[in-house]
Formats: sequence, C-alpha cells, structure tokens
Amino acid sequence: MTSVVSKPKTESAGAGAQHARSARRRRRILGENPLGILLSAPYLIFIGVVFAFPLIFAVWMSFHDYFFAAPGADVQREFVGFDNFITVATDPAVWRSFLNVGIFLIINVPLTVVLSLLLATALNRVVRGRLFLRVSFYVPYVTASVAVVGVWLFMFSGNGLVNQVLGPLAPDPSWLINPFLAMPTIAFFVTWKQLGFFILLYLAALQAVPQELYESAATDGAGAVRTFFSVTVPGVRSATLLVLLLATITGANLFTEPYLLTNGGGPNGASTSPVLLMYQKGLEQGNPDVAAAIGVILVVMVLILALVERKLVGDEES
Amino acid sequence: MSTTGTRANARTSEQADAATAKKRRGHPGRKGRIARWIVLAIGALVFLFPFYYMVIGSLQTKPDPTPAGAFPNPANITLQNYVQINERISLLSGLVNSGIFTGGVLLFTVVFGVLAGYALSVLHWRGRGVTFSIALLVQIVPFQLLMIPLYVLIARDYGLADTHMGMILPFAINSAAVLIFRQYFLSVPRALFDAARIDGANELRVLWSVALPLVRPALLTVVLLTFIGPWNEFLWPFLITKDPALQPLAVSLANYITTVAASASNPFGAILAGAVVLAIPAVVLFVIFQRHFQSSDIGSGVKG
Repeated sequence: MTSVVSKPKTESAGAGAQHARSARRRRRILGENPLGILLSAPYLIFIGVVFAFPLIFAVWMSFHDYFFAAPGADVQREFVGFDNFITVATDPAVWRSFLNVGIFLIINVPLTVVLSLLLATALNRVVRGRLFLRVSFYVPYVTASVAVVGVWLFMFSGNGLVNQVLGPLAPDPSWLINPFLAMPTIAFFVTWKQLGFFILLYLAALQAVPQELYESAATDGAGAVRTFFSVTVPGVRSATLLVLLLATITGANLFTEPYLLTNGGGPNGASTSPVLLMYQKGLEQGNPDVAAAIGVILVVMVLILALVERKLVGDEES
Repeated sequence: MSTTGTRANARTSEQADAATAKKRRGHPGRKGRIARWIVLAIGALVFLFPFYYMVIGSLQTKPDPTPAGAFPNPANITLQNYVQINERISLLSGLVNSGIFTGGVLLFTVVFGVLAGYALSVLHWRGRGVTFSIALLVQIVPFQLLMIPLYVLIARDYGLADTHMGMILPFAINSAAVLIFRQYFLSVPRALFDAARIDGANELRVLWSVALPLVRPALLTVVLLTFIGPWNEFLWPFLITKDPALQPLAVSLANYITTVAASASNPFGAILAGAVVLAIPAVVLFVIFQRHFQSSDIGSGVKG
C-alpha cells in the first residue's frame, strides 16, 4: 500500500509540492481532519430541517397572523407585532396552565430530590438483591405513560383501590375530578414514574463522592445523619441541579398525563398544561399563531428558571 | 458508607481508636441495615405494585376495585380482555407500527450518533466546537415549542401526515446518543487509532474497523436508551397519524381510553390488557439488558 502511495510522488515532485501547499491551505480553513465535517453533515443537516428551521418558524409564526390554508393556496400572512402575545396574556386559561406547572414543580422537585436521594443512598450500600431492586425502581421509567396511566385511572377512580383502602378518608370528589387534587395527583404520578431515572443519577453521583470524606467524617465522630447532610448532600450537588433542570423541562412539557388522566386538563382547566393548551388552541381550534406564542413564552420561562436554578445550586461542577 | 469508612479506618489507625469510634456510634450496623431494607422494600413495593395490579386486572373479566380484587381466585382468570381490546384496536398492527417507528428512529440515531460522535471526539476540524455546542443546545429547547411548526412543515408542507417517515423525522436527531458515543470514543486510547493510521488505514477504515468494534457496549446502551423514547412516545405520533391502521400502539390505546372507553360498560379490563401488551416489550428488554443500563451512561448523555 505504501509503495502505491509514494510512487506518484517521486514521479512529479513539483506537482507534489503544489499539492502539499494547497493541502496545507485546506487544512488551515477546514481543520486537520476535514472528514469530520463530512461525518457530522447528516446530523447537522437534520438539525437544520427538524430543529433550527422549525425553531425560527415558531418565532416567526408567533408574530404573524398565521392560519391553516388549503395546500398550495397563496395567502398573505400579516405581521401583527405582539397581538398573539396579548391574546395569550389576557387569557385566564393560559395563566391557569402556567400556575399548574408551578404546582407541579412545587410538589415534584422536593419529592424527587428527597425520595431518590434516600433510595439511592440505601441502594448504594446493599449488596444482596441489588439487581432486583435496581430493576424494580426503574421499571416505571421505561414503561409507556399511556400504559401506566391506564392503571392509575383504575386505581384512582371514584371507587378504585385507593379510595377503597382509604374508606371514609377518600376525597370527595375523587382525585382526578377534584379541582384541588387533580394537578397534585398528576405531579405524584410523574414523580413516581420518573423516580427510577433519578435514583440511577444519584447512584452515579454517590459513587463519585470521595471515600476519604466519609472516613474523616467518621474520625470526627459524625453520626449517620450528620454525615449524610455534610458529606453526601453537598457531594451530589451536580446531580441535584440536574434533577431541578429536568423536572422543570418535564413540567413544561406535560401533555400525556393531563390529556389522559384528567380527561383533557379537567376539571374545568384545573390541570391543563401549556402544551395541552397549545394542542387545543393550535390544532383543535386552528390558531397555530397563538399556540406558537404560548410555546415561545414557555421556552423563555424555562430558560429563565433554568438559569435561576443554576445560580441557586451553584454550577462549578456541571 | 460509614461502615466501609470505619473498616478502612481500623486498618490504618490503632485498634483502640476504631473501638471507641464504634462504641460512640452504638451499633448502627444492624439497626441501619434493617432501616435500609425497610426503605428499599417499601420502594420496590410502590414501584412494582401498579404493574402487578395491571396484569391481575387485565386477567379478570370485570376487574374488582376492592382490595380483594388484587388477589383474585385463579379460577376466574381469563384472557377475554385481550380478545376484547384486540377487536377494538388491532394489537398486532399497533405493535408493528410501534416497531417500525422505533426501528426507524434507532437507525437514524445510531448512524448519526456514531458518525458525529466519532467526528467530535477523534477528528479535528473547523466547526467542531460549534457542533458540540449545538448538540448540547438541541437538548435544552423542548420539543413542544417545535410541535406546531413541525406539524405545519411535516404534515402540510412535506405531506408526510399518516406516514411512518413523518413519525420518525423529528426524532432522527438524538443529541444524547451523539454525546454518549463521543464519550466512549474519547475513552478509547488514541494510540489505537494512530497505530491503524500508521498501518495505512484511512479515516473511514479507522472508524469502521477500529473504533466501531470498541464501542459496541455504547451501541447497546444507546439502543436501550433510545428505544423507550419512540416506543413510549404519544404526543407526536398522535398529532401526525389519524389513520388507525398506521397508529403506534400507544396512540391507539390512548384513543381507546379517551373515546371508546367512555361508552363501554366495563372499560378497565380492556384498557389494562392493552397496557400490558404495550408495556411488555420495553420491560422485557430492560430486564434482559439491565447490565447495560448504567447510571454513568445516562449522565454522559445528559451532561455531555
């Protein structure tokens, strides 16, 4: 192989030098291995088609009077400034849906952090049965929402198992049709479903906490509780930040649960989510421009929340 | 952790020191172990019971919501609900559609992931840093913002409503996979690649015969992690497919829950039967390959 490559080089030294010079220039412009551009191209092109362009389109749509027209029809889409945003901001249903995301986060985040850290700490010290426990913790995470929603509907229905067990303590109206309990029930459902993922995250974080810290805590006579709060909790801070960020994104993305569990965000909008509203307004009622405006507001809020959370938890690690 | 800490301590310091440390803490070993097992057992019960209940409910003609219903008489067990749900929504065609949808997404994910992951970790080229930033950025912007414009583009402009391609397209870019592959390629010693290059292999050959065989474990991780995305996805295929013959199982089951179930006299048996069929492939896959579903892989997929 080497001989084949070197043969033409010796034949035409002048052309070879020129070739080398142009190769050097190409290298300066494209980098040492231009092949990298070629290998990344499919991924980047698809990002353009199904991410970048739709992203710009979404923002464009939110500032225009956009409506569904017959295919091929040439229609004028007027620039309307902030009209769509005003429509959104004056709609109490939208406010309610954002409030619901707030309720979701208030319940989901602390519960997820406490329970997953507790279970991960316990699991981290278990040797026998570890495999079984790990799998049983993440089974809800890998199962389709639609499938587990079926069981929850059954368990939390008016005369379902949960109310039967609670007996006289059962709420009236029942969980999913109670305006005060519908959203919390959804938050509990999502916490239960996602917990396994966060347990795995915390397990990894726990293994990265330096063993010497525990040893010196033990030498200083710190008890289990004290050690937990002054060694474990700070040690897994970057995982906690991830829980916060991912919970915020999950909350902002809620759709399947309110659509199926509470029959489309009921009762009376008490469990609507912004995405459910986007679906209802954009596709069911044919106002994609308003839906796009909700989407833009939602993403801006998520980004602001994410920045605040980063500041709160401290970001030196992740 | 304090148990191992004490043990290591006893080895390094004097015996007397370790003894006092142990005394000061009482006997946390035994009590702690019991508390730990109680916590873990309750956890496992809470996570697994709904699944047990799902299977048990699906096997009773008229699921009994009382506590006794959780332990039915084996004589009453029947597969009637599976027959009933299969009459309303075709389970087989639902499974096939879910399979095509998932398979297509997996194909895009692995091909794009390996190529871009390799380029991002082993090769040096202009735009590498930007591409890496883009891969991270894509994960931050929620898909839901893009839902409306994607629907307009894919269903109306490209005319891909009610097609498998229309379902697959938005999931073709999977940044988590790119980042996981990048992480694996980074952990492969550079000397291996250099040796192949010195032997005269070109970059594509290095990727194909040196890098790929080394990242086979990453391949399985990516396939597992990606599988649950499209298999469990509801919103997008729900928007894009109105034709029942093309709907993945998650969509047709959800449609059964919202529309047909309201008019059925006893909907839960059929719903639970459908839920079991939808849940089984993912659960079985993860039980078999659980060794490859490790926490560290998830971490690199999210954080990069």
